[in-house]
Amino acid sequence: MANLLIKADKISKVYKLFAEEIKAVNNLDLEIFQGEFVAFMGPSGSGKTTLLDILGCLDRVSSGKLEIFKQDVSALKESELVKIRRKNIGFVFQEFLLIPTLTALENVELPLLFAGMPQERAKAQGLLEKVGLGGRVNHLPKELSGGERQRVAIARALVTSPKILFADEPTGNLDTKSGQQICEIFQELNRKDGLTIVLTTHNQKLGTQAKRVVYLKDGTIVSREESSLCV
Amino acid sequence: MKIISVAFKNLRRKKIRTGLTIGGVAIAVAVLVSLMGFDAGYQKSLTNDIDKMGYQVLVTAKGCPYEAATLMLKGGGGLRYMEQEVYDKITKDPRIEKITPQLAATEFDKDRQNGQGGIILYMGVSDSYRELKPWSKFKSGKWFSGEDADEVIIGYEAAELEQRSAGDQIFIPNLNKTLKVVGIFERTGTQDDGIVFMPLKTAQRIFDLPGKLSGIGIKLKNIGQMSDFEESLYNEPGIQVISMAQVKGTIFNLVSSSRAMTNSIAFIAILIAVIGVINTILMSVFERTKEIGVMKAIGASRLDIFRIIWLETTLICILGGVLGDIIAILGTSIVEQIIRKVLPYAPVGKLVIITPSLLLGSFIGAVVMGLAAGIYPAYRASSMRPVEAIRSGE
Ligand SMILES: Nc1ncnc2c1ncn2[C@@H]1O[C@H](COP(=O)(O)OP(=O)(O)O)[C@@H](O)[C@H]1O
Ligand SMILES: [Mg+2]
Repeated sequence: MANLLIKADKISKVYKLFAEEIKAVNNLDLEIFQGEFVAFMGPSGSGKTTLLDILGCLDRVSSGKLEIFKQDVSALKESELVKIRRKNIGFVFQEFLLIPTLTALENVELPLLFAGMPQERAKAQGLLEKVGLGGRVNHLPKELSGGERQRVAIARALVTSPKILFADEPTGNLDTKSGQQICEIFQELNRKDGLTIVLTTHNQKLGTQAKRVVYLKDGTIVSREESSLCV
Repeated sequence: MKIISVAFKNLRRKKIRTGLTIGGVAIAVAVLVSLMGFDAGYQKSLTNDIDKMGYQVLVTAKGCPYEAATLMLKGGGGLRYMEQEVYDKITKDPRIEKITPQLAATEFDKDRQNGQGGIILYMGVSDSYRELKPWSKFKSGKWFSGEDADEVIIGYEAAELEQRSAGDQIFIPNLNKTLKVVGIFERTGTQDDGIVFMPLKTAQRIFDLPGKLSGIGIKLKNIGQMSDFEESLYNEPGIQVISMAQVKGTIFNLVSSSRAMTNSIAFIAILIAVIGVINTILMSVFERTKEIGVMKAIGASRLDIFRIIWLETTLICILGGVLGDIIAILGTSIVEQIIRKVLPYAPVGKLVIITPSLLLGSFIGAVVMGLAAGIYPAYRASSMRPVEAIRSGE
């Protein structure tokens, strides 16, 4: 049996808006194993982002038990979550969210600074080459196209060698061609490097490339399917 | 890349805003340095002025002691006159080591200062004057040939200004009198540099003040006998005794009362600068909510974020401090000119002395200010929750 990275046991996330309670994630069970490529799909507002944030230790559950790398994180404080995030988790966002004042290379180096491993700087350069941006390392984000920016963001997420890569709608802001390139990068990372990837998407193509698609609705899982295409 | 360059690059993003904020800090620092430099310089110059008078006690005609104090510093005596008998009487006092009579008089010369006109201070002195000021040396020429000679010796600056040298003649238009220049004094760094000296008797004659004196400078054998000595002259009619220590105190008081005002200006400048810095950094923190959220998502701890924002504030204040110091140094002469216009009495020497330790102190002050101003914005930034920050503004 492959290594269990994430185990969610009846987790919920409740937002209180005035008198109303919104259960963005509702009593959800989920297991994610090492080397998996999981895609969360579902209509807007179904809780994909919220679930991803929770699994990625960006946010906390309201109830239920969440184990990541065999550690119960349900009750951890922000200062303890950041330690888990820092070295084990990489994040990619829909709007890329690069630091506009820093060059591509500096953006990729930034997590190394926070993780206290500035000596691994060479890795940043290597990752930018890997995502096909070896010639643009000194460009600022505004000098790069959307697809290029997202590739920088992927390099940034990978620079600390995380165990899991989370991506929230990584192709959502991209044209089809750039989106396709990003899909290919994820494919390669998962297949060749054995990186565990968990993402949310509306993109059918990206979804079908995942080994497992989890459909969400109203914060709960409505179906799980093993993708036959890419296994 | 280091954390500091993240902070630095962010400051460069809004150049005008950062520049204005740095400017605010710089002005506050410059004001503070100038004021403190003035404090030091003024005290030093004033002390120098007073010590170089050579006497510890001045006897003058009765009048306003403040006025007398400043007039005397400007020219060795209040421009009220007393009878020479007083001198003859005091001079026998055994407590006195040295004593010199003086007669100061001013004349307006309309040709002075390129036709602007100006006041020239003349002073009648006797041979004993030199005994009280052993440091005063001749740049050229020599002492008067006689007690009643129509001769003058000119202070260094007055000679420079009038372009006079020994052997020339000077003409006092209002008195229609011509005098011969027999000597030029070397620079002393005191008011003496601007004075035209002549023998006491000559002065009494040409200014038509026979038997009059404006002041008597006295050096006691023992400074401890000061109050005793003052006491003994208390009953002498028409005169007052001023000790130099008193004069110093009086002038310091005059200056420090006006300093309460300037200090509050400095305080307000600093306050505005601090508020400016806090405002700028806070604005930039709120504008960057998403970026801060992302930094947290990719591994920044609260402390990391706190440090970045704190560094930004401190950088602003360091740059402001350096700039302020430079402005203060460059602005010294302007500040001097302004102060000279405003002050009741300004000594001859440098009024504003900016020492390396003052610069260092102000720089450290600016850094401390930056650290203090940065605490709140840095705290706000560091306590942003990553998810909320990233999803903000959607
Ligand atoms: N900070 C929040 N406060 C209140 N409600 C929220 C908040 N974030 C998300 N929600 C709600 O939770 C539900 C799930 O949102 P989300 O996870 O963003 O869905 P998805 O990513 O699938 O579109 C939505 O109904 C959304 O309105
Ligand atoms: Mg979403």
